[in-house]
Amino acid sequence: MKPLAPGPVVTVLAALVAVFLMMPLIAVIPVSFTPNRYLSVPTEEWSLRHYRSLIDNPAWAAGTWLSIRIGLVSALVSTGLATLFATGLWMIEPRFKALYLGLALLPMVAPPVVSALTLYFFLISLSKVNSFLAFDTFAGVVLAHAVMIAPFAVVLISVALSQIDRRIDLAARSMGASTFTRLVKVILPNIRFGVLSALFLTFVLSWEEIGVTLFITSVNAVTLPRLMWMGLRDNIDPAIAAISVVLLAIVVAVVLTKTLIQHLRRSDG
Amino acid sequence: MTRTAALLGPLMLLLGLAYLLPFLGVLRWSVTLPEPGLGQYHAALTDPLVLSVFWRTLRICAVVTVVSVAAAYVVTLLWVRGSPLQRLLVELCILIPFWISVLTRAFGWLALLSNKGLLNSWLMSLGVLGQPLTLVRNEFGVIVGMVHFLIPFAAFPLATTFRGLDERVLMAARGMGASRARIFWQVMVPMTRAGVLGAALLVFVFALGFFVTPAILGGGRSVMAAELVYLRIFQSPDWGLGAAVSVILMVCVGALLALMMRQGRAGGVR
Repeated sequence: MKPLAPGPVVTVLAALVAVFLMMPLIAVIPVSFTPNRYLSVPTEEWSLRHYRSLIDNPAWAAGTWLSIRIGLVSALVSTGLATLFATGLWMIEPRFKALYLGLALLPMVAPPVVSALTLYFFLISLSKVNSFLAFDTFAGVVLAHAVMIAPFAVVLISVALSQIDRRIDLAARSMGASTFTRLVKVILPNIRFGVLSALFLTFVLSWEEIGVTLFITSVNAVTLPRLMWMGLRDNIDPAIAAISVVLLAIVVAVVLTKTLIQHLRRSDG
Repeated sequence: MTRTAALLGPLMLLLGLAYLLPFLGVLRWSVTLPEPGLGQYHAALTDPLVLSVFWRTLRICAVVTVVSVAAAYVVTLLWVRGSPLQRLLVELCILIPFWISVLTRAFGWLALLSNKGLLNSWLMSLGVLGQPLTLVRNEFGVIVGMVHFLIPFAAFPLATTFRGLDERVLMAARGMGASRARIFWQVMVPMTRAGVLGAALLVFVFALGFFVTPAILGGGRSVMAAELVYLRIFQSPDWGLGAAVSVILMVCVGALLALMMRQGRAGGVR
């Protein structure tokens, strides 16, 4: 028998929620074409000046490039450490496993503002002894982001590990494989999709990170979200609309492709 | 032992040095700045200004939790049980906002709701309004922005709950002639109660620590606890109070998470 389909009331309400979810994203588009210097809706004349300013003002390119570099390095560091950690828990099953896991997930569950203040304390303390790994530096932001995004990588990789057949690892061990061999030749090949999705997710999380970044940067390490924040606070700069449309286009393209592929696959099978 | 150290060590070292230890430092700030003692906690719990911020935070979080879980409930129902086309469309409407940065989403609401925004320009050009409605830079704007941010987070656990529903119970209800409304209220809702509670706790915990959306959409007027921390650290410095409010937030979230875990164990939310 066919499952009970949602009735008209639920369908209409759900459609309204779906529209609500898309509304602010769509609203960004017309505003980005305003000819004015302030946030407004274009009426007679549509202009590309705010897209132009994304190219003309070097701050945007600098912020984007900085965010990409920070995202890549912190994604690599956090996914690397998370892979070792999650695999270690899976292979060794140490005592106090819950305690280790609790610490590993702490930055994800703590309120963002608490993490932000904590990392601010950490980096200004370091600033007193060195100027490389410090407040408002590239390395400082990378480290702070790595702390914040590592829990997400731990979750994704642990999920991937939970789907491996433990017997393949036992077989390798009984035939005398070392821990290193088991890790590299047996386990990693089996969780490679988990590791790749962790890399992707951690990059995106770092790329978008603003809560912590706001606390730990000021004028030197200005990432793209930090730059957008500065344009949003006081006088709203319509260039934010233009950059938003660009970011929106990227997300829509990626999500659309991925979702369509999944749905096609599902209807095939 | 060396294996444990080599595999678990690096991440534990990073988090221990860059998170646990500095958190203890924040704890110390809260009891030493400006002078040693529990003065800042006393201030946080008695100062009318700070108290009003806490009350506003609780009020906004409660409203946001109820609205976003209710909205997520109906939209997830269609996402899980609708026709293939409905499922695809709803999935896009949930995933696209989810992946978009919180700044773009907050900006979108400004573009839509501010005085020169789309909604006001449209209503004024139609002659419905003589002067623009104030929809952002106030509590209403904060709630709208937070609900928008949190619906996907409520939708994911709810989807898991809906997928685990026993179809036969719904069939039985229909077979015995129950109306759609009755099936919804008397069968569907009670069967998904644990999932709803789990989603509500999750949303509430997220909402408590929120500060980017309220800072942008509240325009400094309806300050919430997390934003207060930011203001006390960077704008009107009172580091001790900022630290104390952080610690209070951390304790609240810790208690709620403990509740959530107990709930999860008892109700099978996950």
